Amino acid sequence: MQALTNKAKQVSRKPMSFMEKLYLPAIFKGMMITFSHIFKKKPTINYPEKQRPFSPVFRGLHILNRDAEGRENCTACGLCAVACPAEAITMEAAERQVGEEHLYKEEKYAAKYEINMLRCIFCGLCEEACPKDAIYLSETFTPADYQRKQFIYSKNELLIPHPKENEEAYLKALGNRPKKEIVK
Amino acid sequence: MLLAIDVALLIEKLVLIVVVVFASLGIAMYTTFAERKVAAILQDRRGPNRAGPFGLLQPLADGLKLFFKEEIIPNFSSKFLFILGPALAMLTACMTSAVIPWGDKVELFGRTIDLQIADVNIGILYVFGVVSLGVYGIMIGSWASNNKFSLLGGLRAASQIISYELAMGISMIALLMVTGTLSLKEMVVQQQHHYWNVVYQPLGFLIFLICAFAECNRTPFDLPEAENELIGGYHTEYSSMKLGFYLFSEYINMFISSVVMATLYFGGYDMPFVNEAALAPNMAALVGIVALLAKVVCFIFFFMWVRWTIPRFRYDQLMHLGWRILIPLALFNMLTTGGAILYFSK
Repeated sequence: MQALTNKAKQVSRKPMSFMEKLYLPAIFKGMMITFSHIFKKKPTINYPEKQRPFSPVFRGLHILNRDAEGRENCTACGLCAVACPAEAITMEAAERQVGEEHLYKEEKYAAKYEINMLRCIFCGLCEEACPKDAIYLSETFTPADYQRKQFIYSKNELLIPHPKENEEAYLKALGNRPKKEIVK
Repeated sequence: MLLAIDVALLIEKLVLIVVVVFASLGIAMYTTFAERKVAAILQDRRGPNRAGPFGLLQPLADGLKLFFKEEIIPNFSSKFLFILGPALAMLTACMTSAVIPWGDKVELFGRTIDLQIADVNIGILYVFGVVSLGVYGIMIGSWASNNKFSLLGGLRAASQIISYELAMGISMIALLMVTGTLSLKEMVVQQQHHYWNVVYQPLGFLIFLICAFAECNRTPFDLPEAENELIGGYHTEYSSMKLGFYLFSEYINMFISSVVMATLYFGGYDMPFVNEAALAPNMAALVGIVALLAKVVCFIFFFMWVRWTIPRFRYDQLMHLGWRILIPLALFNMLTTGGAILYFSK
């Protein structure tokens, strides 16, 4: 029969030589191999103490953004919810009242904004859809929890810390994300 | 006065027994830790490093875990034998240490204390006797479990230990012809003045080493507990501290067989290139203990190194090696040793 490829190799069935039958030299050889691994570098990273940095394009937990004065960017337009392929985002819009200008950037805002982290596939389409730079995916992942309902994140969990009241946490949450251009 | 009991001697021996048993338990404990660490290092991993500094409290955590596990005694098992199994395994493992000379004499409180629990004149025979009793722990436990896998493991252990004890005994006879004594203490003293026995008996040592691996049920001879064929072998049905006893007795056996090998072939507590007679007696004893423990550590590392290198034998290969290679080889070794002794002493 003609071989399909020329990769086939004839297996050697010749009887073992005396040295091979002794078996001990082979064991010694094997032991030298394992011994050499004592001096090899270990690829393990001591996880909680040392963390490997995420790549700059990593898509992690969502963050609802504020502007430099600490006003929420989100206008509850719903584009993110429309863009979401997993239908993980729900929101309720509300109108900004007089005297709330320091809280919300524009006249309309999201009174309720929830993301179900069990549904979310972290595709980042919400971030792409957002015209106001109000939502982006950070470089952290969703922590484990005991109950399903704990994974529905509301504004409490999603909002970025206030830049004036808690600048340190704000900068930490902001990370070194490249600034997105807002489409006017 | 027939009943003049030397109370001081009694206390001295009692203290020695307690120290030796606890030391071997402690060493066995840390051998489990070392096993995991060595395995990890040979496989480019880090090994246990969470419990305490460098993971040093890991064996304590393991022991605690075993204590808190639910203790299950199967309904169909014979309860008495089921408990007797691990107890016997542990007992025989601890008993072997009685005749081993741990060091030379120590002078304490105006007394000269021998660092050996009992200098029996048939020391090595005693070791052999107790070690072969050890298989009963495994056999009784596996029989009492009333489980096919356990029984298979027990059968394997029994036939394996019987097969390899023969070759071990014959290689031993050659050594006894060289030393002319059965007392372990005397063997060490001889080796202090001459070369170590391994120089006279290299083949005998090799056979003894292979048989020691088989007697300890260590890889490549760990067929009695072959995890992937027999679940856990003889200790499949065991849980909690009874399982701990089985696992632990294996490590004590490993420690003891390392000590025996060091004593028989590598000069026991003899530190090479050091003249012990020139040192103060207590200092010499200390040097001796350190030397013995260093040799033991090397042997234990060797046990682990082999375990994490070589795969397990097939059962027919095991029997083939035992009966058709090691026993003829041991007989050959015995005959040539006898011939050499006759030739040189003429």
